[in-house]
Amino acid sequence: MRILPPLTHKIEPHSAGNYSRLFFVYPGMLYSFEHSSEQKSIETDIIIIGAGPVGLFAVFEAGLLKMRCQLVDVLSQPGGQLTEIYPKKPIYDIPGCPGVLAADLVQNLLRQIEPFHPGFTLGERATTVEKQADGRWQVVTDRGTVLTAPVIFIAGGLGCFEPRKPPIDNIEQFEEKGVEYFVRNPDIYRNQRVVIAGGGDSALDWTIYLANVARELTLIHRRTEFRGALDSVEKVQHLAQTGKIKIVTNAQVTGLQGNSKLEHVVVQHDTEGEFKLEADHFVPLFGLTPKLGPIAEWGLAVDKGAIEVNTLDYSTNVPGIFAIGDINTYPGKLKLILCGFHEATLACQSAFTFANPGKKLSFKYTTVTGIDGLPATAVL
Amino acid sequence: MITITVIDREDQPHALETPTDMGLNLMELCKSYELPVKGTCGGMALCASCHVYVLSEHPLPEASEDEHAMLDQAFFVQNNSRLGCQIRLTDELDGLSVKLAPDAE
Repeated sequence: MRILPPLTHKIEPHSAGNYSRLFFVYPGMLYSFEHSSEQKSIETDIIIIGAGPVGLFAVFEAGLLKMRCQLVDVLSQPGGQLTEIYPKKPIYDIPGCPGVLAADLVQNLLRQIEPFHPGFTLGERATTVEKQADGRWQVVTDRGTVLTAPVIFIAGGLGCFEPRKPPIDNIEQFEEKGVEYFVRNPDIYRNQRVVIAGGGDSALDWTIYLANVARELTLIHRRTEFRGALDSVEKVQHLAQTGKIKIVTNAQVTGLQGNSKLEHVVVQHDTEGEFKLEADHFVPLFGLTPKLGPIAEWGLAVDKGAIEVNTLDYSTNVPGIFAIGDINTYPGKLKLILCGFHEATLACQSAFTFANPGKKLSFKYTTVTGIDGLPATAVL
Repeated sequence: MITITVIDREDQPHALETPTDMGLNLMELCKSYELPVKGTCGGMALCASCHVYVLSEHPLPEASEDEHAMLDQAFFVQNNSRLGCQIRLTDELDGLSVKLAPDAE
């Protein structure tokens, strides 16, 4: 699990002006994902929250019914867990695929939905939902993008991926005041005293990157060994040997101190006991964990972190909002991609009625009618 | 059938009986008894929601690289920490005793 590693990733931090462009490439085609800090408005037929496999396949089924989709995901690439957590793991229970790597399944899905030209709002979290006077939904993201549609599909999987926060009592008190769980803008560490905690790739990558930026840099790890890429481990060891950084192993950060902002981190060493380090920034990098997030506040019936749905069409208790894939629950629910595909298909049938009141839905086989794509630009 | 003792986060012990011919792991067993173990990643050693402390001296399989890597990102980790999903239940584990680690997520 890597949090925007700086050395290999194609994504530029948002510091480069107010506009950056994200590219996601796979064989045969190029998607470009635009990011703008200016507020953007997008109108569509279905807002799909979550660009994992089920959200992606929903675009296909919606497209067959001539409905356009806009996918929103907090991650910067489509694919959800498959891309973020287990891209190299094989999946054996997709019908017709005796075995497919998770990353390949995502690529195939992207190719499959390409004729329907879905929109992507990536790296943004859907935060609020509101019903408008005309009966449509308006979803606003944390970056100010405003999406409007008659139908919302929540295909949020396990929820939004958020950084794992170390169990330090007052850590939230120091958020934005010296504690950062992501390195969003490396410039803020210039000439600062920085403590990084963690032993994986992102801790190592950022240690290497920030070694030349920070005034002092200390890497703290619970164990002696580091499990990152060998090359990164060697680089970090070299930086420590040449005095550029300090490494403290067999230790954990257990406390944070400061008045209006972070001043000290308290470190507990396995054998040497407790000591304090002066620090302007503490960057704990312990990977990502999924949380239901703002969706929990949307007035949907939720049971044990999953959204309750009617298996007739995977509708929630709120008309016009459907929940498909791992995020929903119903009697007999199985968290399987193949079940999510089925749920997406049935949800699209009801979504059609919401998006096209009064129109009659006719069911067609792709083998008979082929794929009739949608134009690249929406006619609004 | 074997019996595994799982001590929950309120220090209550639960004796869980399980067959050993179904390829179950400890995370799945805890979930089947509705103990508060999420098993978010489904058993791929990719979350730490099934983190347990092993209290008895049973011969457990060595932790894999993946398990070690995950434990590096978990909290409240001790020398006897393991991920329940990586402990496959076999006859040799009859009488195994574990405690659920604090819910850190």
